[in-house]
Amino acid sequence: MRYPKSGRRLASVCLLLCLTLGLTALPGCARRGDKAAGSITLAGSTSVQPFAEMLAEECARKYPDRPPVNVQGGGSSAGARAALSGTAHIGMLSRELAESEKELEPTVIAIDALALIVHRDNNVVDLTKEQIRGIFSGRITDWGELGGTPGPIHVISREEGSGTRGAFDELIMGGEDVMARAIVQDSNGAVRETVAGDPRAIGYVSLGLVDDRVRAVKVDGVEASVESVRSREYILVRPFLFVVKGDPTPEAKEFLDFVLSEEGQRILSEEGLVTEER
Amino acid sequence: MAPSSGTDGAYGPGALKRPKRSPGRFGMALVQGCAVLTVAVLVFIIGYVMVKGARVMTPGFLLGSPEKMGREGGIFPSIVGTVSLTLASVIIAAPLGIGTAVFLTEYTQEGLFSRIVRFGTESLAGIPSIIFGLFGFLFFVIRLGMGWSILSGSLTLAAMMLPTIVRTSEEALRSVPDVYKETAYALGASRWQTVASVVLPTAMPGIVTGVILAMGRAVGETAAVIFTAGSSLRLPKSIFDPVRTLPVHFYILAREGISIENAYGTAAVLLSAVLLVDFAAYYILHRISKKRPVARR
Amino acid sequence: MNRKEKFAEVVLTVVGLTSVAVLALIIFFIFREGAPFFAEVGLGSFIGGTKWSPGKGQFGVLPMIAGSFFVTLGALVIGVPLGLGCALYLSEFAPKRTAAILKPLIEILAGIPSVVFGFIGLTVIVPLIRDRLGGPGFSVLASALVLGIMILPTMVSISYDALRAVPQVYREGMLAVGANRWQAVTSVVLPAARSGILAAGILSMGRAVGETMAVIMVAGNATIIPGSVLDPVRTLTSNIALEMGYAAGLHRQALFATGVVLFVIIGALNIVARSFVRNRVR
Repeated sequence: MRYPKSGRRLASVCLLLCLTLGLTALPGCARRGDKAAGSITLAGSTSVQPFAEMLAEECARKYPDRPPVNVQGGGSSAGARAALSGTAHIGMLSRELAESEKELEPTVIAIDALALIVHRDNNVVDLTKEQIRGIFSGRITDWGELGGTPGPIHVISREEGSGTRGAFDELIMGGEDVMARAIVQDSNGAVRETVAGDPRAIGYVSLGLVDDRVRAVKVDGVEASVESVRSREYILVRPFLFVVKGDPTPEAKEFLDFVLSEEGQRILSEEGLVTEER
Repeated sequence: MAPSSGTDGAYGPGALKRPKRSPGRFGMALVQGCAVLTVAVLVFIIGYVMVKGARVMTPGFLLGSPEKMGREGGIFPSIVGTVSLTLASVIIAAPLGIGTAVFLTEYTQEGLFSRIVRFGTESLAGIPSIIFGLFGFLFFVIRLGMGWSILSGSLTLAAMMLPTIVRTSEEALRSVPDVYKETAYALGASRWQTVASVVLPTAMPGIVTGVILAMGRAVGETAAVIFTAGSSLRLPKSIFDPVRTLPVHFYILAREGISIENAYGTAAVLLSAVLLVDFAAYYILHRISKKRPVARR
Repeated sequence: MNRKEKFAEVVLTVVGLTSVAVLALIIFFIFREGAPFFAEVGLGSFIGGTKWSPGKGQFGVLPMIAGSFFVTLGALVIGVPLGLGCALYLSEFAPKRTAAILKPLIEILAGIPSVVFGFIGLTVIVPLIRDRLGGPGFSVLASALVLGIMILPTMVSISYDALRAVPQVYREGMLAVGANRWQAVTSVVLPAARSGILAAGILSMGRAVGETMAVIMVAGNATIIPGSVLDPVRTLTSNIALEMGYAAGLHRQALFATGVVLFVIIGALNIVARSFVRNRVR
């Protein structure tokens, strides 16, 4: 007898499946128990992620005996989902909660402003909301129409579903579509890098990410700055939220408290976010 | 590079027909140009990354922890993460892959069953890494509740490297001369005894080469890992912790423009690791093919 | 047969089925997540739709199918002749030592992580295209160049093996009747290795279609059907990787449905490739 008969093969298949499932499920169970007591997991918006990482870093330095904080990206919706499903203790969102996410408990950790950025050498300094909408919907296609050096405008946008894109759609586009021709990059940093390298590009990023290689244009004559955001003059703003489902675990609560503490808020404002004045 | 006219004589009597030589010359120059261009691209890529990354590759960079999202500090957690993720995936995939190869070569004849196994392996080899990533996310991370962790990542990577290990191990096993096996059987050895004491040891260098090559691919994988092992910057304490592997760290640093310098440094470390692994594999392969020219062809 | 033998046999049979089981699991999970979408939106408006605007419930994936197609085509136009030429040189013309050194070296290209290719594309190729040829630089051309280089190892390695598998007698026969080496190669060796070279091309195509990270970095990811090689594009794979993190509900299902489309395309390619490889063996 050299080969197992088909019946035995079937049995083998079943055995294999049981084995695979058994082996993989075991650590799965262990994981669940371990998570409640062990580390804190944050997941969500890639806009919030860098700030959360810095907070986690600082928290670990200050309180070395506290449980470690893991920060994952994934996006606002993924963050909300992770918080709902328990995959993460805290979800990070860079937009308001959607209707389907209302059972989550939001905490505003800071306000972020969206800056419209162009290349350092671009000589356009002021755009109206109407002009920005025209650019991103594809009606205005040349810098010459805006008083700049004539040449095609390269529009850089964010991917559909991202918190930044959602805020931009809501605050600027007002129901109009960002044109399909727009180049799409998947993070604030990537948009900034693209604009920094292309004299004809325009994009939008968090105010905190504006550096000396790009320039933020005035929107309706208002400069994008912490002051103009605090005074409510600058209109392109959105909240950064930490969300939890039900009551946070004590460890998560500790971390939330750290974020809202003077020190946590100082870190956020140093990185360019707008926090309540103290 | 000098044209290979020196080998003309060895190949054939090139002087026989003179009139038709010019198209041959042109064609040869063309294919030689292709080879030169390909090698030039390779050298450029490796050189570019190494030169730009060399400055950053200090002991402090290799052994330090990242600070300010990786803008400053080192990449130690990512090195640990990459090594542990890769080792874990090899530990999972190697026995399965080698076992499959032994099964295909020694325990079954070509038939419907072996065709199904082979179909499974080959199909797996063609699946894009992003699909593995989606699957790993759905199955390991969510369904089995392992979260973003070394475990989820390594199981996903193991599935990805399985076909490579099966294929190379199968080749190595098939290259074991039949005489060896026949001798073992003649001495009264059973099938498993023959496999365990004769076939596997003889094929081992070839198998190891295949496993190392698969490892080299796993080290550089990004799309599947980012969905399953996460992107946490912390030093992992156990296989249930998430990690940010070197390619993922590189991707985030470079893409977000956090620190282009550190990105090059990370890429240089990553590339050195991959090259080291690849060279190791070819070295082993080279040594056996020298020792045992019977291997193939 | 003793029990140890039996045990080994059963264990190995089970192990042999792992890859089949994994394949089945992958198909099951991807299709289960994607299938409801087809039921809801319909296959026609998904595959045939030209507008991708998930926020507004428009899920046309045609621009991405076209994107994957053009980018892959471009990669093949660049990578296949270059790779084949390289394989020809190594197998037919290069001194033995040169070939022995160069072939593994080129295979090392396959080990360079795709993000590194993408990054070099981003820092070298994209600005070059933007400054020299115009447009934003992120383009079909940039992606095709990066992918064309990335498929080289597959192309070189497999066509080299196919060329080496052509019996030496064929070459000697041609030379004996007075042909030069180039003629021997073009008239006999290449045709004899045809199916192997085709398989190499198809496998390279599979790699190009499936590549994700490198393409995201250089393609520009605009959801249009490109009108020129300088236009930005989005491929099926980038569509998934770009939006997965943010997607919920129908949008998320649409991305899994994109995965299904990708899966079907890759599956078809595999089957075609396999039939070529099988023809070669016979």
